Amino acid sequence: MSKVEFNKETGPREVFCGLTSIVWLHRRMPDAFFLVVGSRTCAHLIQSAAGVMIFAEPRFGTAILEEKDLAGLADAHEELDRVVNDLIARRPEIKTLFLVGSCPSEVIKLDLATVAEKLNKRFLGQVRFVNYSGSGIETTFTQGEDGALKALIPLMESSDDDKLLLVGTLANNVEDRFKKIFSNLGISNIESFPPRQSTELPKIGKNTKVLLTQPYLSDTVRDLKHRGCEIISAPFPLGIEGSTKWFLAAAKAFKISEIKVHEIISPLINRAKLALDSHKEILKGKRLFLLPESQLEISLARFLHNECDMDLIEVGTPYLNKDLMKEEINLLPDNTKIVEGQHVEKQLDRVRESNPDLVVCGMGLANPLEAEGISTKWSIEMVFSPIHGIDQAADLAGLFSKPLKRNQILTSKTLVTH
Amino acid sequence: MELTLWTYEGPPHVGAMRIASSMKDIHYVLHAPQGDTYADLLFTMIERRGQRPPVTYTTFQARDLGGDTAELVKKNIKEAVERFKPKTLLVGESCTAELIQDQPGALAKGMGFDMPIVNLELPAYSKKENWGASETFYQLTRTLLKEKLSSSEKISPLRWKGLGRRPKVNILGPSLLGFRCRDDVIEIQRILSEQGIDTNVVAPLGASPDDIKRIIDAEINICLYQEIAEASCEWLKRNFGMEYTKTIPIGIKNTIEFINEVHSKLDLPLTNKEELEHKSKLPWYSKSVDSNYLTGKRVFIFGDGTHAIAAAKIAKDELGFEVVGLGTYSREMARQVRATAKELNVEALITNNYLEVEDAMKKAAPELVLGTQMERHSAKRLGIPCSVISTPMHVQDVPARYSPQMGWEGANVIFDDWVHPLMMGLEEHLIDMFKHDFEFVDGHQSHLGHTATNTKDFLNSDEKKEKNCKEGIIWTESGRAELTKVPFFVRGKVKTNTEKYAILRGIPEISDETLYDAKAYFS
Repeated sequence: MSKVEFNKETGPREVFCGLTSIVWLHRRMPDAFFLVVGSRTCAHLIQSAAGVMIFAEPRFGTAILEEKDLAGLADAHEELDRVVNDLIARRPEIKTLFLVGSCPSEVIKLDLATVAEKLNKRFLGQVRFVNYSGSGIETTFTQGEDGALKALIPLMESSDDDKLLLVGTLANNVEDRFKKIFSNLGISNIESFPPRQSTELPKIGKNTKVLLTQPYLSDTVRDLKHRGCEIISAPFPLGIEGSTKWFLAAAKAFKISEIKVHEIISPLINRAKLALDSHKEILKGKRLFLLPESQLEISLARFLHNECDMDLIEVGTPYLNKDLMKEEINLLPDNTKIVEGQHVEKQLDRVRESNPDLVVCGMGLANPLEAEGISTKWSIEMVFSPIHGIDQAADLAGLFSKPLKRNQILTSKTLVTH
Repeated sequence: MELTLWTYEGPPHVGAMRIASSMKDIHYVLHAPQGDTYADLLFTMIERRGQRPPVTYTTFQARDLGGDTAELVKKNIKEAVERFKPKTLLVGESCTAELIQDQPGALAKGMGFDMPIVNLELPAYSKKENWGASETFYQLTRTLLKEKLSSSEKISPLRWKGLGRRPKVNILGPSLLGFRCRDDVIEIQRILSEQGIDTNVVAPLGASPDDIKRIIDAEINICLYQEIAEASCEWLKRNFGMEYTKTIPIGIKNTIEFINEVHSKLDLPLTNKEELEHKSKLPWYSKSVDSNYLTGKRVFIFGDGTHAIAAAKIAKDELGFEVVGLGTYSREMARQVRATAKELNVEALITNNYLEVEDAMKKAAPELVLGTQMERHSAKRLGIPCSVISTPMHVQDVPARYSPQMGWEGANVIFDDWVHPLMMGLEEHLIDMFKHDFEFVDGHQSHLGHTATNTKDFLNSDEKKEKNCKEGIIWTESGRAELTKVPFFVRGKVKTNTEKYAILRGIPEISDETLYDAKAYFS
């Protein structure tokens, strides 16, 4: 392990809660509905983060707890029952309904598992119910996906077929690219989790080899292990280096030679390097500060340093699973400062003191930092954009070079002399 | 439990944030879990603020719940006070913290600070954003003016006369995330100053706690947005005798009435009464011949109470529209919206469910929708032009240009914003004249309504007779030919009405005559 510097910080945080991951999960599985059992705050959070208005009827909603629901829990269960009945009557196309716990439902100890069990019996053969928590007291942002996937694992049938299972939501086009490359490598039985339809869950067992596409799936990995799956240890497929090592790790697990891998991906790498160059020119030597939010920060830091020559000031991460991140941490330069957790005020003090060229942060902080003359990139874009894989390396770099380029245009001397 | 896919208002603590963020030298410690910080983006992204809202979130986690969350609250309060040095501290809780009952307000008061502390109790499971904003502004006003209560006598609106200065008023209610508040304040101040009236304090927008303490230096209050300021205005009236205005100056008639109300309260003679009508272009533009086509346009209105009521009055009295639907999501203003609806002979729709609004919109078959950003989306789906008149706020509702809703310039803005989505009069006339020319492209219509009367496929589908039927009714060739002569923007309505008529009368085939029969029947 390289000599990185680990720090922990606690205090007020500026991070989304796990409910936010519904924003991409509902797009991945269009036959599913995500019903948050929570407060008006939860409903407002999701609609603010997701731009809900563009959907005629979105595939997510909130059963908003009211005063009378807090008075008696038995009634709350009945009320939830009624809401679910109405919803299914209105939306018969729903195949899987996720009951998503929130901060208030966790605090009043609303037993969503029991509710789901009862509903499963009633709607047998029509709709499946699963439950997980996306509450802010337990989860940050992308961790919501971890909860949702973990909740689906018990529904996955067993199979001893040899297969490669890609775990973590990917953009559809990226998923297709990966599958094509793997089949060129000679791995033909490839499935994805989450699948594109909630009802088409992959079967898993002792011959399932799991390759993670996202770094925030600790609980899912643990449960997949319990089901006998083998977890392939690899960095995450962000950038050329990460993706190459990711393909190599998979190939090794399937006893495919390294030479074969290089043969297949070399043309991709050459092409990607060419595309990366123009971004690298802008990013080179620029100083980067990553605030914790998406949990992708460590992988991004590795990519932006190793492949784009950026200097790392500080790499924030909401939480650190050293086991899952082992391969990534090994690739970081020595003396990288990783800070787990957050005290947003102290961290912003450090941002200002260190005078970075670019800060990766949440939407609440971006404009205030811009107003102070600091260029920013909002981290939520990383979870919406297709950024994985060798082919996307230049696009990924582009997310960071664009704000710098724009800053250059807008502060150019021609404007000043005007 | 209420199933909500989308909500017009956020929780009440977001209302409190609106007040805190609107003001200077205030800090709000919010006992809340991780995730509630999403509300910051409403200010930094939607309103494009260059500063973070002055809010510290205690960010308690599940593991803190077994331990001492009260200590966590105190730690955050202490740090926030040291760092931000506010002149007044707001302390409150979001929905989850309300359940664990740490009483953060009481904790803060026990910490020995010498600044005023406002303990906000905003019930998250029964109230919403506007209520929270109103309650916060009220509690803040009360706390900061408490010490002046005993010493002061009632403030007479005529006091200025004895003091040998111009009359002074306060403008209360404008806040961040309020619809065009930034510009309304400028417009109203301009109007008042033209009348020889000085603005003493604008609050909460731009005010500091010291400004709130100065509220009683004015003679009367202007209650600019009832949703936010009525409770405070009432309290100031009860305790300091300060009168406040009830007219909301949106539209020409209301602006003139507002000026009259202010003058009569202050007993200030109104010298330029005749001039007032000419301060805005709206009356003439509305009178000009091009606007003839506006007569009787069917308009559906939904928004917050203040803007929906004002829109209904302007639509009917100043533009000559027919109001075919009126509603609000502001339950606190339901009574007033109902009263206005009754005057207009429509039934008021009071709901927080946008799907209900969309259904009502569909049934009312309007030619123009005035609503929130959500109604803009619904109207787009239905192919009806729409103009946005109310919060909830969208980044488009914070335009770079000066764009008030109130006063003279507000009326100009309203004329443009409501009329441009419709086809203009001369344009409509020309299209009607030339519609049979071969160069004419069917579907030429307003740039905002796209699919309203997409009857082209229907008209071209001669062979597929079965597709032309609705409940077994067939359109004959003559019927179809006649329908093409109907201007496309009402064609959809004519088609539906004719079919309705045919079903009603048991007519199996619709001919050109049936069309005229139906027209006569429905006229």
